[in-house]
Amino acid sequence: MRLLREMYYILLDFLQSMGACWLFLLRILRCIPGALLRWRIIWQQIYSVGAMSLVLIMMSGLFVGMVLGLQGFNTLSKFAATTALGTLVALSLLRELGPVVTALLFSGRAGTALTSEIGLMRATEQIAGMEMMAVDPIRRIVVPRFLAGAISVPLLTMIFSAVGLLGGYLVGVSLMGVDPGAFWSQMRTNVDLWDDVINGLIKSVVFGGACSLLAVYEGYYSHPTAEGVSRATTRTVVNSALAVLVLDYLLTALMFHGV
Amino acid sequence: MRQTRTIEISTGFFIILGFAALFFLATETTNIGAYGDSGGYVVTASFTNVGGLKVRAPVTMAGVDVGRVTAIRLNPQTFNAVVSMRISNTYNEIPDDSTASILTSGLLGEQYIGLSAGGSEKFLKNDSKIQYTQSALILENLIGQFLSSKASSGSK
Repeated sequence: MRLLREMYYILLDFLQSMGACWLFLLRILRCIPGALLRWRIIWQQIYSVGAMSLVLIMMSGLFVGMVLGLQGFNTLSKFAATTALGTLVALSLLRELGPVVTALLFSGRAGTALTSEIGLMRATEQIAGMEMMAVDPIRRIVVPRFLAGAISVPLLTMIFSAVGLLGGYLVGVSLMGVDPGAFWSQMRTNVDLWDDVINGLIKSVVFGGACSLLAVYEGYYSHPTAEGVSRATTRTVVNSALAVLVLDYLLTALMFHGV
Repeated sequence: MRQTRTIEISTGFFIILGFAALFFLATETTNIGAYGDSGGYVVTASFTNVGGLKVRAPVTMAGVDVGRVTAIRLNPQTFNAVVSMRISNTYNEIPDDSTASILTSGLLGEQYIGLSAGGSEKFLKNDSKIQYTQSALILENLIGQFLSSKASSGSK
């Protein structure tokens, strides 16, 4: 009985935070037109969340692509089908690994920074100060960061996939000796612009929005203490990872049936 | 001031790099451009069985890619499969009595359409129909035929 009641409260808590998150998203969306006018702030945020993540994303992409090339080659060579390596690397990167791994890395690299930054602003009462001066903190602090994240993740995903493809090419063609012409031509006949590239892009836009929303939400509603900020940061990473993986399944089920 | 400038330049560089990656992926990994929806002309062919042929499968002639399959439908009167394919305008002198056959690349590979040239003076054009077709080899039928021929030769 007691267990049941505990579960009921956990469910209630979950629904409450979900609802609060949605309402927060609506508040953000309402402020976007005004925030776009101040593009300079967004531009600076893109620098700190996007451009600063570039090295991490490129290195990860390179090594993910190289591992894919190596593992794919080892398995495909059992069936004498190593020419399909290009298809394998490109489809895995464009459809799944690019969007998902980029979003996970982004929430670890930039999402945590957003949460702790906003959380510390809350803890040091900067947000209360802004409200006192009749400056809307959502418009001035939250929206530029949310937009910067939502813009950066798709771009980072595309860079990740492109670099990963080069990594796969490097291992497959340069090290393992797959024919470069077959690598590219098989890839071109089997990769489709809309089904694969654009669907991957749509995925990354959704993931970028979700990760940025969770990061700014947790920061904005964190408890104004040192412990509260650290908990909010942890929650950002955990929730972003769960959200990305669940959304990935849903989007994949919607997009790729019968392709 | 100087620092702001550096930040803005790096951001611009990042955004351009992102779009360059998107452009690279869209043009280099896919077959966009080669067979857009506008270029080329459409011909149809009807087969008794298309096997595992899929939309966007390549259409080749002597092994050279000349087009794509754009649609596969069932003709409700004849119960044949009608395959529409778009052929690039570069190859506009294919004789209209050419044969279309459904072939398999490799042992278990994808199925595609192979065209073999006929001897006619007239060429295929938009909306023309390929008369001579050869359906896909169905492995089960082939094994069935093999077994029944074995059985009949064994009973003699």
